[in-house]
Amino acid sequence: MPTTAIAGPAPDPMGAGRTPTPEILAPEILAPETIAHLEERARHVRLETIRLIAIAKVGHYSSTFSCAELFATLYYDAMRLRHGEPRWPDRDRFLMGKGHAAVGLYPLLADWGFFPKELLDGYTRLGNPLGDHPDMTKVPGVDFSSGSIGHALSAGLGMVMGGRMMGRRFDVYVMLGDGEMQEGQVWEAAMAAAHQKAGNLIAIVDRNGYQLDGQVDEVMGIEPLADKWRAFGWEVHEVDGHDVAALATLFRRLKQDKTRRKPACVIARTLKGKGVGYMEREAGWHLGYLAPEDEAAAIAEIMGQPASPAIAQKDAAQGDAR
Amino acid sequence: MTAAETLAGPVNPGSWQYRQLNARAPGLSYLSDALSALVEDGHPVMAGTADLQYSNGLARFAARYPDRFIQFGISEQNMVSAAAGIATTGMTPFVATFASFLGLLCCEQIRMDVAYSALPVRLIGHHAGIALGFYGTSHHATEDLAIMRSIAGLTVVNPADGPQLAAAIKASADHPEPIYFRIGRGQEPNVYDDLPDFRFGKAIEHETGTDLTIIACGTMVHPSREAVRALRASGLSVGLIDMHTIKPLDREAVLAAAERSRIILTVEEHNILGGLGGAVAEVMAEAGTKAVLIRHGIRDEYSLIAPPTHLYRHYQLDAAGIETVVHDILS
Repeated sequence: MPTTAIAGPAPDPMGAGRTPTPEILAPEILAPETIAHLEERARHVRLETIRLIAIAKVGHYSSTFSCAELFATLYYDAMRLRHGEPRWPDRDRFLMGKGHAAVGLYPLLADWGFFPKELLDGYTRLGNPLGDHPDMTKVPGVDFSSGSIGHALSAGLGMVMGGRMMGRRFDVYVMLGDGEMQEGQVWEAAMAAAHQKAGNLIAIVDRNGYQLDGQVDEVMGIEPLADKWRAFGWEVHEVDGHDVAALATLFRRLKQDKTRRKPACVIARTLKGKGVGYMEREAGWHLGYLAPEDEAAAIAEIMGQPASPAIAQKDAAQGDAR
Repeated sequence: MTAAETLAGPVNPGSWQYRQLNARAPGLSYLSDALSALVEDGHPVMAGTADLQYSNGLARFAARYPDRFIQFGISEQNMVSAAAGIATTGMTPFVATFASFLGLLCCEQIRMDVAYSALPVRLIGHHAGIALGFYGTSHHATEDLAIMRSIAGLTVVNPADGPQLAAAIKASADHPEPIYFRIGRGQEPNVYDDLPDFRFGKAIEHETGTDLTIIACGTMVHPSREAVRALRASGLSVGLIDMHTIKPLDREAVLAAAERSRIILTVEEHNILGGLGGAVAEVMAEAGTKAVLIRHGIRDEYSLIAPPTHLYRHYQLDAAGIETVVHDILS
C-alpha cells in the first residue's frame, strides 16, 4: 500500500490573514517537568494517531496533529476529571466540533480509565465503538457526539445552561475547526452564549488554516476572526497552539477567573500536520494513509530523530477505507 | 452565575399579548400548565422557545418559573442542539417552536443531537399542519410527521387537544426516549376532559363499526368524532380511533379495526404521504388485511392560503367534509 493523500491545493500552512499577537502569557510559572509531561502527552497523541490509523488504513493525521498539544493540555492540565469516572456530574466537559480528530482523543480517554485500552486496538473495526467521529452513545468519556460540523458550540452552551439550572459549576471546552467558522449555527450559539453570560464556556478554534477543499481563507474567508468573536461579546485570546506552556498558562488563568461573565474564545494558531515535516508542508494531508516506510519515518520524526529523506511521495491512489 | 440569573428574556404579564393568551389559544394553556405541574412534582424540567413565547403560551411558564426558562431568540437550530446539551446534565428540556421550523429547519439537529444521542429532549411543534392558514407555505407543516417518523429512536405524538397534550406531558416524565409532540394552534375544541388516560403507543377507540373505521390523529380527531356521530345517526356502522401516537404505532388497534371494518379511512392534517396514512398503510399491507385503506388529508400539494377554518372546509378536513368523504366512499 503506497502512501496516499487525498488531494489538496498548494501548501501554505500558516494560512492567510494571520497577524502575530503579543505574548501575553508568562510560561515560566510552569514547572519544567509539567511542560515536559505535556509535551510527552502530545507526542503520545501523535504516535497513537499513527498506530490507530494504520488499523483503519485511512484517517485524519494532520487535523489531529494540529491539536495534539491542545488535547494534551486540556486533558492533563486544564480539565477537572476523575480517573475511571467518565460520568462524574461535576467533571469539566469537552466537545469537538471538529470530530474528525477524535482518533487523537481516544488514547487519552483510555488513559483516564474511561474504557479499556484494548479497545484502541480495534479502532474502526466491526463492533468496536471507536470510529472516525466521536460517539457519546458508544464511547465512555465522549461528552457529546459529533460529525456534522457546527452543532458543538450550541450543545456546549446547553451544558452550561443545564449545569446552571442543576446548580453545578463545571467548565465546558468546545474545540472548533477554523473551517467550522463558516457554519451559521456557530454564530447563533456565539450570540446566545454572550447573551447568557456563559463565563464557563470556552471555545477553542484550531486555526490550522485548512479545510477539505483548501486553505480556509481561499475557500471561504473567516478573518478578521478575533474581531468577529469580540463583536459577538466574547473575550478573545490568541495563542500558539503548539506551545504547551502558553496553553496551560492560559487555560489555568481562564479557570481561575470565576467571575468572568463573558465566554472565552481561544484562537490557537496551529500547523496542520504539526510534528511531521512532510505533512506540515503538504496540504493534501487532510485525509490519508501512510505506507509502512513513511510511517516509520513519521514516528522517528515525532520521537525527535532525524527523518529519512526518501518519503512521502504523493500518490493518486485512494486509501483503502473499505 | 446562579440559575436565578438566567436570562429568560422579557416576559410581561401585564402586556396585551400576555393577557390575550388564554382568550386566543386556550388549548395552549395546557402546555404551560402541564410543565408547571411537572416542576411542582419535583421533576427537573425546563422550557425554551425561539421568539414564540406568546404564540405557544410558554410566557405563562416563563412568568412562573423564570429560572427554568430560556429565551433563545430566532435561532431554532441552536435551540435544539442546546436542548441536547441541557439534557446531558440531567435536566429535561421542552423546546417549542412552529412545527414547520422545528421539523424541517432543525431536522438534522433532531436526528444527530437528540434522537441518535438518545437524549430525553421534548420537542414541541405547534401550529402544525395548515393551522397558520394565510401566513403561507413557510409556516405550514404537512411534512413533519413523515420526517419525524423516519428518525430512529424518536417517539412521535400528535395529541388531539390540550387535555390529551397535558396527559402526554405528564406521562412523558418517565419516558426514556426523546419525543416529538405535534400540536395545533390551541383553538381546537376539546375532545377530552381534563387529564384523560394516556399511554404512549396505545390508541383510543371511540366507536367500533363494520362499514368503515376512521383512524384520525391530532386536530382531526374532533371533526372526525362529529362526523362519526352524524354518520352513525344516519344508520351507518362507522368506527373511530384516536391514533395519538404515530410512532410507535398501535399495530393491534389498526389490525383489529381492519378485521372488523371493510374500509379504513385515515384522517390527518398532513400530507397523505408518510404520515398517519403512510404508517397505517405499512401495517395493513404487511399484514395483508382484507380491508381497503383510503387516506384523507393534504393530497401531496402545498396548501392554499386562507383563514384556517376556510382551509379545513376547502380540504374537507372539517366535520362536514369528513362526513361527505365517508358518504362518497360508502356509496
